[in-house]
Amino acid sequence: MAILEVEDLHVYYGMIHALKGVSFHVEEGEIVTLIGANGAGKSTTLRTISGLVAKSSGKVVFDGHDLEKVPAHKIVGLGLTQVPEGRRLFPGLSVEDNLFLGSYLRRDKQGVQRDLERVYDLFPRLLERRKQQAGSLSGGEQQMVAMGRGLVSRPQLLLLDEPSMGLAPLLVREIFSVIEEINRQGTTILLVEQNASLALDIAHRAYVFETGSVAFEGETRMLAEDPRIRQAYLGV
Amino acid sequence: MEWYILLQQMINGLALGSIYSLIALGYTMVYGIIKLINFAHGDIYMLGAYFGFYALTKGGLSLGPALLLSMGLAALVGVVLERIAYRPLRSSPRITALITAIGASLFIQSVSQIGFGASFKPFPQAIPFQRIAIGSVFITNRQLIMFGVSIFLMVTLHLIVQYTRIGKAMRAVSMDKEAAMLMGINVDRVISVTFALGSALAAAGGILVGMYYNRIDPYMGVMPGIKGFTAAVLGGIGVIPGAVIGGFMMGIAENLVVALGSSTFRDAVAFAILILVLLLKPAGLLGKRQREKV
Repeated sequence: MAILEVEDLHVYYGMIHALKGVSFHVEEGEIVTLIGANGAGKSTTLRTISGLVAKSSGKVVFDGHDLEKVPAHKIVGLGLTQVPEGRRLFPGLSVEDNLFLGSYLRRDKQGVQRDLERVYDLFPRLLERRKQQAGSLSGGEQQMVAMGRGLVSRPQLLLLDEPSMGLAPLLVREIFSVIEEINRQGTTILLVEQNASLALDIAHRAYVFETGSVAFEGETRMLAEDPRIRQAYLGV
Repeated sequence: MEWYILLQQMINGLALGSIYSLIALGYTMVYGIIKLINFAHGDIYMLGAYFGFYALTKGGLSLGPALLLSMGLAALVGVVLERIAYRPLRSSPRITALITAIGASLFIQSVSQIGFGASFKPFPQAIPFQRIAIGSVFITNRQLIMFGVSIFLMVTLHLIVQYTRIGKAMRAVSMDKEAAMLMGINVDRVISVTFALGSALAAAGGILVGMYYNRIDPYMGVMPGIKGFTAAVLGGIGVIPGAVIGGFMMGIAENLVVALGSSTFRDAVAFAILILVLLLKPAGLLGKRQREKV
């Protein structure tokens, strides 16, 4: 069963028609990636799903809930968490407090504690830095905090917006292997990524965005062999 | 000038300054979270004094319960004010909300004039006046209460903001509203709590000053409002410790001018400081200079 179903999504920024009828779905347990050029509408799609951007028409159904009337801050509680583009940490708060805010809605203290340990397991560096202000960390460490903060909300579906942005290649690999690990541990992932070859590498299925709509879709193995995709997005 | 006069005015300055700090905290918290200078804040301070007045006279409460009741009622007024006057303008240009705040201030003053009467009311002396002499300087028990209650409230606020769940949510919202929503934080509710806390502190200040000067009137919030605002700007608007430091500096500066023999100018000090800060260090003492994000 599809955990996320997006149907004919239209979004306008003033006069600009940013999303022109986007449809896709994510099955439970998958890693699905949205790739495409800058400004193709990938981030807008994620922001619309999370309720940060208002859609003009279309439908978003998550785990059987129509998100039509659900305000942004209630969506997290349903099990859908977004790790936003540019990490968007709370810079003046400690790493610990940032992670705490990720678990803001949860009341099961022991469960939160277990998930915190899991985050420190995935990113051992954060344990050393937990008292430090998040704003003082390196880009890679900030991305780790952002992902950890997303994980402690215990999402069923994790939306990741450009996790590789601004990171050194070695770190990008590390982050991506953690994404695979998170998925193996049972979290479904919807990944928006500029780095198409890496994204196609770890995802099961992909949707290729072009100027506000889905141009191609399919299993990543197939897409990675498609000459049109190879030429336009993989640069080979 | 004799040294003890200086010392005496320092003591008076600390007592009065603690009130400016309480008021400045409300300005700075609200600014920190929605970038609005809530010009009606001084009027909430005035309402607090009146709530206290009626609790003490009509209600027959003693000082402590009257203080708590007044703080609670003022918190409610703050929340309602935000809900009906400011929230609808959240996405409007900042100047619109600012003008609305001035309107709200005038509205509260006028309604209070109708409701409470335009003339002064003598504030009941909830505790008998006492003066403690230390050498040649004097401290009154009212000053001690003013100072003590203010410090207690500031420490409480600090603990709330630093260590509680709602306090962390407040700081998160002030740093990044959208990211806060993605955590599941109800931003509207956090803003309401901020108004409630700020208004409660102002109300406490209103009662303490009512007791200190023995009288209250519907316009009593105007000057302290401006001074509290100046204190917040002096310390760095949006920075909580800055508001405390700014408030004490304002109180001391004002009383030093009195010590120098020109009590006529005591209110002018606030404006002089405001002008100087804006000219020399617009971000305030503890504020960080912020570049506009592109």
